[in-house]
Amino acid sequence: MNAVPVADPRPLVELIIDGQAVRVPQGSTILDACRQEGIDTPTLCWAENLTPVNVCRVCIVEVENSRVLVPSCSRGAEDGMVVATDSERVRTSRKMVFELLASSVDLDRADDEVHAWMDHYGCDPGRMGDKADIATVAQPPKVQDDLYVRDYERCILCYKCVEACGEDAQFTFAIATAGRGFGAHISTEFDVSLPDSACVYCGNCIGVCPTGALVFKTEHDMREEGTWNEDAQSVTTTVCTFCGVGCNLELHVQDEQIVKVTSPADHSVTNGHLCIKGRFGWQHAQS
Amino acid sequence: MPDLRFGDAEPTDAERVAVDEVVAGLGAVVVVEGERLVYAGHTRTAERRNLLLPALHAIQRASGWISPGGLDYACRQLEVPPAEAYGVATFYHLFIHEPPESPDVVHVCDDVACRPVGAIRLIDELRDAGHHVKASPCLGQCERGPAVLVQRTGDHDLTVAPGTVDEVAVAISGRTSTASAALSQAGSPDLRLLARVGVADPESIEDYRAHGGYQALDAALAMGPDRVIEEVTTAGLSGRGGAAFPTGVKWRAVADQQGRPRHLVCNADESEPGTFKDRVIMESDPFSLVEAMTIAGFATGAEQGWLYIRGEYPVATHRLRTAIDQARAAGLLGDDVAGSETRFDIDLRIGAGAYICGEETALFNSIEGFRGEPRNKPPFPTTHGLFGEPTAINNVETLVNVLPIMLDGGEAYRATGTERSPGTRLFCLSGRVANPGIYEHEFGITLRGVLEAAGGVVGADEPHAVLLGGAAGFFVRSEQLDLPLTLEDTRAAGVSLGSGVVMVFGEEDDMVDTVRRVAEFFRDESCGQCVPCRVGTIRQEEVLARLRGGATLDDERELLDDLAAVMRDASICGLGQTASGAILSALDLGLLEGSR
Ligand SMILES: Cc1cc2nc3c(=O)[nH]c(=O)nc-3n(C[C@H](O)[C@H](O)[C@H](O)COP(=O)(O)O)c2cc1C
Ligand code: SF4
Ligand code: SF4
Ligand code: FES
Ligand code: FES
Repeated sequence: MNAVPVADPRPLVELIIDGQAVRVPQGSTILDACRQEGIDTPTLCWAENLTPVNVCRVCIVEVENSRVLVPSCSRGAEDGMVVATDSERVRTSRKMVFELLASSVDLDRADDEVHAWMDHYGCDPGRMGDKADIATVAQPPKVQDDLYVRDYERCILCYKCVEACGEDAQFTFAIATAGRGFGAHISTEFDVSLPDSACVYCGNCIGVCPTGALVFKTEHDMREEGTWNEDAQSVTTTVCTFCGVGCNLELHVQDEQIVKVTSPADHSVTNGHLCIKGRFGWQHAQS
Repeated sequence: MPDLRFGDAEPTDAERVAVDEVVAGLGAVVVVEGERLVYAGHTRTAERRNLLLPALHAIQRASGWISPGGLDYACRQLEVPPAEAYGVATFYHLFIHEPPESPDVVHVCDDVACRPVGAIRLIDELRDAGHHVKASPCLGQCERGPAVLVQRTGDHDLTVAPGTVDEVAVAISGRTSTASAALSQAGSPDLRLLARVGVADPESIEDYRAHGGYQALDAALAMGPDRVIEEVTTAGLSGRGGAAFPTGVKWRAVADQQGRPRHLVCNADESEPGTFKDRVIMESDPFSLVEAMTIAGFATGAEQGWLYIRGEYPVATHRLRTAIDQARAAGLLGDDVAGSETRFDIDLRIGAGAYICGEETALFNSIEGFRGEPRNKPPFPTTHGLFGEPTAINNVETLVNVLPIMLDGGEAYRATGTERSPGTRLFCLSGRVANPGIYEHEFGITLRGVLEAAGGVVGADEPHAVLLGGAAGFFVRSEQLDLPLTLEDTRAAGVSLGSGVVMVFGEEDDMVDTVRRVAEFFRDESCGQCVPCRVGTIRQEEVLARLRGGATLDDERELLDDLAAVMRDASICGLGQTASGAILSALDLGLLEGSR
């Protein structure tokens, strides 16, 4: 029997965002409501295909009668809520979160919007001190096989890769957060190399990493050689032929060579996640 | 759970036996599937995962470190992915991740109360004597520093306070900790919470009964759960763990969650620098806590109690274990508590060196076998607590207040203290006072009164500075000596009583060093989950180190204020939110003169 499409049965809640009344279905987050209103909101640890861990705190907004700012990505919208997305407190905290990250992590390969937001808030990470004198996560990249590079001096600890490896997609649990405080980091057990870990090379962690900390070795090598050029890349969508599931593949092509494979996060089959064959099969086809 | 991949390192026989014992002994607690809170939508409680922390303790005790073979064996037994178990193990400071240099690790407190009394020198002396020494945050023995914890392989741990090279050697050879300190107020008829301390034998349920024990439980069982909660509400009891939330309101909310399994958790993590009150109760009157937890379980409808105690309290842990066993043997815990047909039992869980695990939701994650990372609130523990189920969580001191409320009634309880802060409060006196230790006073006593009761300031009429409420509290100076110590008056003055810490500093104490150590504490104890606290606390520490190195405050104040703002406003939990309070108060009071 085919389901008959009906209107969203959820009742609406009404809240005020930046002075405007907004109605959203119950169960929406404040972020959903902001997006519906076209209010741009920075996010780092949130992704539509992962459950929110609300750790980066860059999406915070001010909610009336709340002692502290709240993460819009995970806090549900409630009837009568009064939200400010651009108050002095919000601006200070968002600017500081970006400055704190940029002072400790190499953000040069982060998504463009990260840099746009940093410009927007007038960030000056240098005021935290000279990177040579203050604590950073600087370290050499981990190159342990032909497929992945893990370059943790670019890691902002957004937990996305852990989620994608674990309960949100792959159920492999090869990586987790280890250590604590500023020493917290993403690691396999006892920091064994990836080939010795439970990793199945699905590439889902790479697919979700927002800062270029996790990259395909092809991309890493091309970046190191200075030949990586996203402007010269075209993206072709196709359906993976390795099995019958029907995963959508996006082939990123530069100079007539496939340089990377992704899958759209909103694709109903993959939710953005793939397996080793879809992700890396082209390497064999091409070589 | 999908098929997990395990490593191929072999456990030692001792590790295998130790882990098997944990699985066999504690597996009695059956945990139903709850919901995973942060990662909404996925179940998170594999039945045995909550045995991970006890299993890690067992491996550490057996081998002196968390070996790959031991960890892998525990992962197989408990069906936990090795990467996650490693992530949990490396979260805690008491777990060691390289083969041990020696079977004993000597942890020496170099925190704010112990520094002025020779902690740094003691560290050097113990190293010279050949010990494997680690500097530690507050060990909860602040009235008799410098404090030492000896962590032993194959044997129970020891506390030595005050520590000297000789005392440490004596303790190790005799396998005994320093005896509990005597109470300055011993014998005073005004004592409510401390009346049995030093009077009743802490290892005998008969002696506890002979000193009035278990009369409160009888009274509670006769009243029924609703009346118990009413009396606690009438009494105006508020939480003593720091946040001062009304206990009656919390209990009502949990009791109202009829039909769902509920939990009662006692928070005995006590790791706020300068705090040692809960330790004194647990060491010297452990049955009172067991009795109070039983009443709380009865009132809220929780059949399972959990007592989470910090890993640095070996004496208190031993006494509590003894008390729980004796209570169970006497039919006062178990399937039929005191013939009332109510079920309540207590599982003792031991922390492993993480201040953050005192934050209530981090504590739940720790018990569940996950990293002690706080959860975002809402939802709150009363509806989504331990294993995602309704949970009442209370501090040790909060709970033992329930005994006099049951015996005398809520109205009578209100006769002490002030209208808005009824009852008595335990104060932890340390630093430059004549008689440091625990004191019980009515709410409303002034700071001056508290200092006088402890014999006054040593070598001066007035303190140079007082750290009130702990590292998460604030510094005050002599202008505040007449401040009545109540929730309302401290709040109005912009400070807080926190966990009852009153740490006194004199002119001779190095305040720049003290404040820098406070900053170090927060950096060291941050769970690392959220950016404001993970990076903010280290930047704050760096600023204070620069001030110590001669930088001027004028150049750094704006950055310090911005760091304070983002940590206070945007951190997930109270650790980040309070990490700058004491430091800014020290600056505002001019305690860092010279760097002003
Ligand atoms: C970083 C941090 C550490 C805490 N440590 C403790 C602790 O060691 N003991 C405690 O009772 N409460 C501690 N708390 C407070 C608890 O989160 C919680 O409020 C308390 O256990 C509730 O009990 P109460 O209502 O009886 O005070 C801590 C809070 C934070 C934010
Ligand atoms: S490696 Fe990438 S995805 Fe993983 S936590 Fe770091 S920044 Fe996030
Ligand atoms: S405020 Fe600090 S301790 Fe609390 S969740 Fe954030 S990083 Fe962890
Ligand atoms: S995007 Fe909301 S906290 Fe990271
Ligand atoms: S034991 Fe040293 S400061 Fe508390």
